[in-house]
Amino acid sequence: MAAKEKPKFAMYWAASCGGCEISTLNMGDKILAVDEAFDIAFWPCVADFKVKDVEEYPDGYIDLCLFNGAIRNSENEEMAHLLRKKSKILVAFGSCASEGCIPGLSNLTTAEATLRAVYLDNPSTDNPKRALPQPFTKVPEGTIQIPVFYERVKSLDQVVPVDYIMPGCPPEAHQIAAVMDAIITGVPLPPPGGSIIGAGSVAVCEECPRQKNVKRIKRFYRPHEITPDPEICLLEQGIVCMGIATRAGCGALCPRVNMRCEGCYGPLDGVEDQGANMVAAIASVVEEGSGSLAGIDEAELQYRIGAVMDTLVDPAGTFYRFNMAHSLLMRARFMGDGAEKGAA
Amino acid sequence: MDNAYEPVIIGFLCNWCSYRAADLAGTSRLHYAPNMRPIRVMCSARVEPQFVLKALREGADGVLIAGCHPGECHYVDGNIKALRRYELLKRMLRQLGIEEERVQLVWAAASEGNVLADAVNRMTEQLRRLGPLRWRETVLGEDGHMVEHSGEKVAKEV
Repeated sequence: MAAKEKPKFAMYWAASCGGCEISTLNMGDKILAVDEAFDIAFWPCVADFKVKDVEEYPDGYIDLCLFNGAIRNSENEEMAHLLRKKSKILVAFGSCASEGCIPGLSNLTTAEATLRAVYLDNPSTDNPKRALPQPFTKVPEGTIQIPVFYERVKSLDQVVPVDYIMPGCPPEAHQIAAVMDAIITGVPLPPPGGSIIGAGSVAVCEECPRQKNVKRIKRFYRPHEITPDPEICLLEQGIVCMGIATRAGCGALCPRVNMRCEGCYGPLDGVEDQGANMVAAIASVVEEGSGSLAGIDEAELQYRIGAVMDTLVDPAGTFYRFNMAHSLLMRARFMGDGAEKGAA
Repeated sequence: MDNAYEPVIIGFLCNWCSYRAADLAGTSRLHYAPNMRPIRVMCSARVEPQFVLKALREGADGVLIAGCHPGECHYVDGNIKALRRYELLKRMLRQLGIEEERVQLVWAAASEGNVLADAVNRMTEQLRRLGPLRWRETVLGEDGHMVEHSGEKVAKEV
């Protein structure tokens, strides 16, 4: 006898590491409530459904689709369009889908350089034929095809409209559980159209128990260069903690264990560019240039401030670790690719 | 290069010094390049790095930030904060493939109309040599110009 039909649930994994899936399973026995409330319609990591099954569903058949992973190749993009069409609620789940995350860092280089690093230059790679993946390969039986590797990594919302964004690398299990609980019990969600769910609205600092004093930074340290004091604000000690420019929701997990916040929950409300905001924040806490400026030599002042900033190694990679694909510029520029063509 | 190319510079000028310097340049009838689009801000420290990035993405070829000389800020040390931001932003922009000449910080007091005019002239000339930026078209490929990786390109070079 058929019971009342359950709503349909899907979870998909594009360019990502799989951590989002693990975090989902980290909900513990709450996952059973999800199973009880939903029928799984597509979840390649967990259940054996094929893309063809999804294609055959009527449009809007899936009630809730959690899409994790960035859009790195043509397959990711096709799946994004397909799942958008078949889903009532599409959630950009995790940092990759919502802002590009670690795959998005490759926007600081070219696709060609990425392929070279992976297939040719990596010291642990053994590739004597120097073979690289080709989208089309002719074999006696015909032509075989693999997905096309894109020049630029995109977030999910740069490819299809999303209803909700759930940030985090990965989203914390207790946040996933809270969101699933709200959906199952019918608590109304915020209006769709890209609202953030499963995260806080303040900065990570608000959740961080460290003691915060006036910051006067003389130089910056990379994590391996210093043993931080466990009680005092990490930024105050010259460690580039992203907490001040990052949305809360994780419970300040990293700073609690003496590790700087890397910014995975993304920018706060009203901020378009997490990295640029971090530049502004850092500029306020550097000591150089404070105090009396009477009779100061301008070039000397600029040089001294520049020297402090030089101790902050790799600002783009640090400030945009999770946000590069979703930043204002989205991608680095390369001469001979963009510049010359633009001038032609 | 397109002969018709004229660089567009977004100028963020502080209310107390540099905007008045621009005013003075005008009332003194100084002739200088018409490429800067001035935007008055209360202080050079009002210029968030986001403003600069957005200007560059939306079609500016360069951004000029102008403020009071160090020690002369109306808000005591706003210009020093702007300088710190600029020094860090400059290093980040380098990684993003944006030439140093495209984002500049100059100090121009209210009496230095000529200093501001010279800075605009110099920057316009530098940007003419660099060519247009056209971020959306050439870097983001929004008119389809950015070549998606096809595989063959790499294979041939190896």
